[in-house]
Amino acid sequence: MSAQQFTIDTAGRGRGGTLSRSARASRFWTTGLGLLCLLLALPVIAVVWMAMAESDGAWTHLLDTVLAGYFKNTVLLMAGVAIGTTLLGVPTAWLVTNCRFPGVRVMEWALLLPFAMPAYILAFLYTDILEFAGPVQGALREVFGWQSPRDYWFPQIRSLPGAVIVLSLALYPYVYLLARASLIAQSVCVLEASRTLGCGVWGSVFQVALPLLRPAVAVGVALALMETAADFGTVSFFAVNVFTTGIYKAWLIMYDVPAAARLACMLLVFVLGLILIERWSRRRLRYQHTTGRYRSLATLPLRGGAAGLAVVCCAAPIVLGFLLPATVLLVNALGVIDTDLLAGFWGDAATSLGLGAAAAALVVVVGVILAYGVRLDGSAPVRALARFASLGYALPGSVIAIGILIPFGALDNFVDGLARENLGFGTGLILSGTVAAMLFAYLVRFVAVGYGAVEAGLARIPQSIDGAARLLGERPVSMLCHIHAPIVSGSILTAGLLVFVEVMKELPASIILRPFGVNTLAIRAYEYAIDEQYDEASVWALLIVATVILPVIGLSAAIRRTRPGASGQTGETLRL
Amino acid sequence: MQAEVGVKRGFLRRGMLAACALAAGATGFDASRAVAADEVNVYSTRQEYLISPFLDRFSEETGVKVNVVFIKEGLIERLKAEGKNTPADVVLTVGVENLAALKGDDLLQPIRSDVVDANIPASFRDPGGEWTGLTTRARVIYFAKDRVDPAELSTYEDLADPKWKGRICVRTGNHGYNVALVASLIAAHGEEKAEEIVRGIVANFARKPQGNDRAQVKAVKEGECDIAIGNTYYMGKMATNDEKPEEKEWAAATSIFFPNGDDRGTHVNISGAGLTKHAPHPKEGIALIEFLTGDEAQEMYARDNFEYPIKAGVALDPMVASWGELKPDTVNIEKIAELSPAAQKLIDRAGWQ
Repeated sequence: MSAQQFTIDTAGRGRGGTLSRSARASRFWTTGLGLLCLLLALPVIAVVWMAMAESDGAWTHLLDTVLAGYFKNTVLLMAGVAIGTTLLGVPTAWLVTNCRFPGVRVMEWALLLPFAMPAYILAFLYTDILEFAGPVQGALREVFGWQSPRDYWFPQIRSLPGAVIVLSLALYPYVYLLARASLIAQSVCVLEASRTLGCGVWGSVFQVALPLLRPAVAVGVALALMETAADFGTVSFFAVNVFTTGIYKAWLIMYDVPAAARLACMLLVFVLGLILIERWSRRRLRYQHTTGRYRSLATLPLRGGAAGLAVVCCAAPIVLGFLLPATVLLVNALGVIDTDLLAGFWGDAATSLGLGAAAAALVVVVGVILAYGVRLDGSAPVRALARFASLGYALPGSVIAIGILIPFGALDNFVDGLARENLGFGTGLILSGTVAAMLFAYLVRFVAVGYGAVEAGLARIPQSIDGAARLLGERPVSMLCHIHAPIVSGSILTAGLLVFVEVMKELPASIILRPFGVNTLAIRAYEYAIDEQYDEASVWALLIVATVILPVIGLSAAIRRTRPGASGQTGETLRL
Repeated sequence: MQAEVGVKRGFLRRGMLAACALAAGATGFDASRAVAADEVNVYSTRQEYLISPFLDRFSEETGVKVNVVFIKEGLIERLKAEGKNTPADVVLTVGVENLAALKGDDLLQPIRSDVVDANIPASFRDPGGEWTGLTTRARVIYFAKDRVDPAELSTYEDLADPKWKGRICVRTGNHGYNVALVASLIAAHGEEKAEEIVRGIVANFARKPQGNDRAQVKAVKEGECDIAIGNTYYMGKMATNDEKPEEKEWAAATSIFFPNGDDRGTHVNISGAGLTKHAPHPKEGIALIEFLTGDEAQEMYARDNFEYPIKAGVALDPMVASWGELKPDTVNIEKIAELSPAAQKLIDRAGWQ
C-alpha cells in the first residue's frame, strides 16, 4: 500500500467512490462501537424513559423541601472527596515511585490495601468506634469521669466531614493507582531535560512531573467522584442526606418511580457536566511520549526527618484504611464465628469468585473494544458516545438494576408471547433473573473502570505507531492483537483486577437481579448488617477482604508492567 | 520480536477464550420459570437466615421444596418486569405500606383459603384478600431506668412536650418505621395537628437522627439521651445476645413503655405475605401462607423473633409478655399505608432528617 493511498484511505474513500478495505474496516469498527454503546446505555435509556411518566407529587415535594439541601451535601461531599483522594493518592504515589525510604517496597503495594475494604464496611466500623456510645469515647469518659455529651467536646463522626474522610480512605487507591502508573511511565528524559533547562529538583517536580500527571489524576478522581455520587449505603451510616437519599425516598417510601428516575437523570447530568468541564479545562493540552528510550528511574534517597515524614505519609492511609478496620473486623468476627454461621460459605465464595472473574473478563473485552474503537475513529461523536456508555458508574447500582429489569423483562415477555403464538409453547424468562442479567449490570456499572484504564494505557502509545502499522498493511483487529494489546497488557490486567475487586464488593445490583440460590459474600454480610448484627456481618466482610487481598496486591505488579520499557524486557526473557 | 509477538498473541487468544467460556458457563445456572411441581418460590424482603427455619419446617412437613431469594429494594420493579412469567409464588415483606404497594401495582391475587381466614382476624388482612398479616411489631418508647420515671411517659404526642428537650434519640425520618408512625399520627389528628406534634418532637431531639434502633437504646444506656423510639423485638434480641454481652447491658439499662395505652393504643405495623398474581405454583404458595399463619410458625415468630403473633391463642414469648400488655392502635391498618406518602412529606417539612 503506497503512502498516497494511505492518505486517501483516511479520508474514507478510494478511487471511484468505493470503500477501500481499510476504510471499510474502520467503518465496521465505528458501527460496531455505536451498537455496543447503545447496548451499554440501555439501562440509562430505560431510566430516562421512566422519568417521562407523570410523577405522583414526590417530585415537586422534594424540590420544594429537601432537595436543595441534599444537593448541597452531595456537592460538598464530592468536593471533599476530590481533595481527600488527591491528597492521599498523589503524594504517596510520588514518594513510593521516586524516593527511597524504609519500608518503601512494602508501602508500594500496601497502599492499595484499602481498596480491598468495601466502603460501607469502613463506614459502619468507624461510626461504631467513634460515636458517643462507642469504645473510644466510652474510654475517654471512663478516664476523665465525664458523664454526658455536655461535659466535653469530641468531633461528631456522623457528619459530612466524617463521611468525606472515610470515603476518601476507601477511594484514594484509584488515584494512587493511576498516578503511580503514570509516574512509572514517565520518561526520565523529560525530567532530565527540565533539569538541563534550569529547573531545580522541586522545580522539575512541580513544573513537569505533576502537570504530566494531571490526566491520570483526573481519571482517578473522576472514578472516585462517580462512586461518591452513586453512593447511598456508605453515606447513610453518617446520617448525611445526599442526592441519592432523595432518589431512595421518592422510590421506596413515596412509591413515585418517575420522580426517582428524574432525580437519577439529574445526577447523571451533573456528573457528566463535571467530567466535561474537566476535559474542557485541559482541551489544549496533549501528552504523548516521543521517545522510546526508557531506563530505570533514578530514585531519591531520603534520610532522617524527611524519611520519617515519608513513612508517616504512606503509613497513615494504610493503617486507617486497612490495618485498623481489618483488626476490628477480626476481633468482632472471632467472637461469633462458628460453623453454623459459615454454612454455605464455599458455595457463596465460589459464586462471588465466578461472578467477579466473568465480569472482569467481560469488562476488559468491552473496555478494549471501546477504547480502541475511539482511538481508531477519534471523531467527537464517537468519543461522546463512549463517554455516555460509561456513565453507568455514576448511577447507584440499584438504579442500574431497575434499568436492566425493564428492557430485559419486556424482551423476555415479548419473545415468550411470540413463541406461544407461533410455536405453541412459552420460552419463559430467558434473561431476567439470571446470572446473565447480573453480569450485564456489572458490565454497565464498571465499564468506566475498564475503559478508563485501557484508554490511559493506549494514550501512551504514539499515534505514529498506528500510522506506521497501517502503512505496512495491518488491519484494525490484527493491529490491536499484534501491537496495542501486548503493549498495554499491564493496563488490561489492571482493569481486570480492578473490576474483579469491585464486583466482589458490589451489593445493590446483585441483590435485585440474582436468581434463586445465588448468594454472594457481600449479600451475606448485608443480611446481617441490616439486622444490626454487626459482629456476624464482620465475619462475611472479613471473608470479602480475604478473597480480594491477593488480586489487590496483584494490581501493584500489574501497574509495574504498564511501564513502556517493561514489556520489551518480558520479550527478552520469553525468547530465552 | 517475532517470538515475542507469538507468545503474546497466544496469551491473548487463550485469555479471550477463557473469558468467553466463563461468561457462557456463568449464564448456565439459569433459573427461568421453574415449573416443577412440589416447589414454591419466595421473594422475601426479610433475610434468608431469618425465615429459613420456618421454610425448612414447612418443607419437612409437606415435602414441598422452598426456593428463596432475598430482595429488599426493587422487589416491586422485579415482579412488574417479570410480568406473567415471574417464577415467584409468594412475597414476604414487612410494613403494610409495602403490601399495599404490591396490591396497588396489581401484582397480587386473592389468597383463597379458609385456613388463613380462620387464623388471621380480618383487621389484619386486605379486604380483597390479596395479602395477609403474619405478625405485628410495636413501635414503643425505650426509657432509661435510672433517669426516667415511667409515670412521666404517656403518649407519642407527649414527646413534643418541652420537658423532653434534648432527651430523645431516634433514627432517621427517612426510615419506613418512622414514616408509618407519623402516618398513624396523621390518622389520629389530621395533617395539620400531626405536623405540629412532629415539629415538637423534632425540637426535643438530643442529637441529629442517626444509627439504627439498637443504636438508640445504646445511646440511652450511655447517657446521650433519656428516651428512644424503637421497635419492641430489638429489646428481645439485645437481651438474649450471648455473643455480644454489651447488648445485654444496653437492654438491662432500659425498659419498654407502650405509648397511648390509655387512648387509641400503641402504633403497630405488620409483617405479611402475598400470593403473586401470576404464581406458577398457587396451590403450594397458599399452602405455605397457611403454614405461616398456623400455630407452629406463629409460635416460632414469637419465640425466635420476639414479634407478636396475630393468630389468636398463640402464646407470647415470656420475655415479650413481661414488657407489659400491648394494646394496638385501633386505626385500620390500611390507613397507615394510604397515609405513608403524606407522612414522608410531613417529615421533610418538619425537618426530621
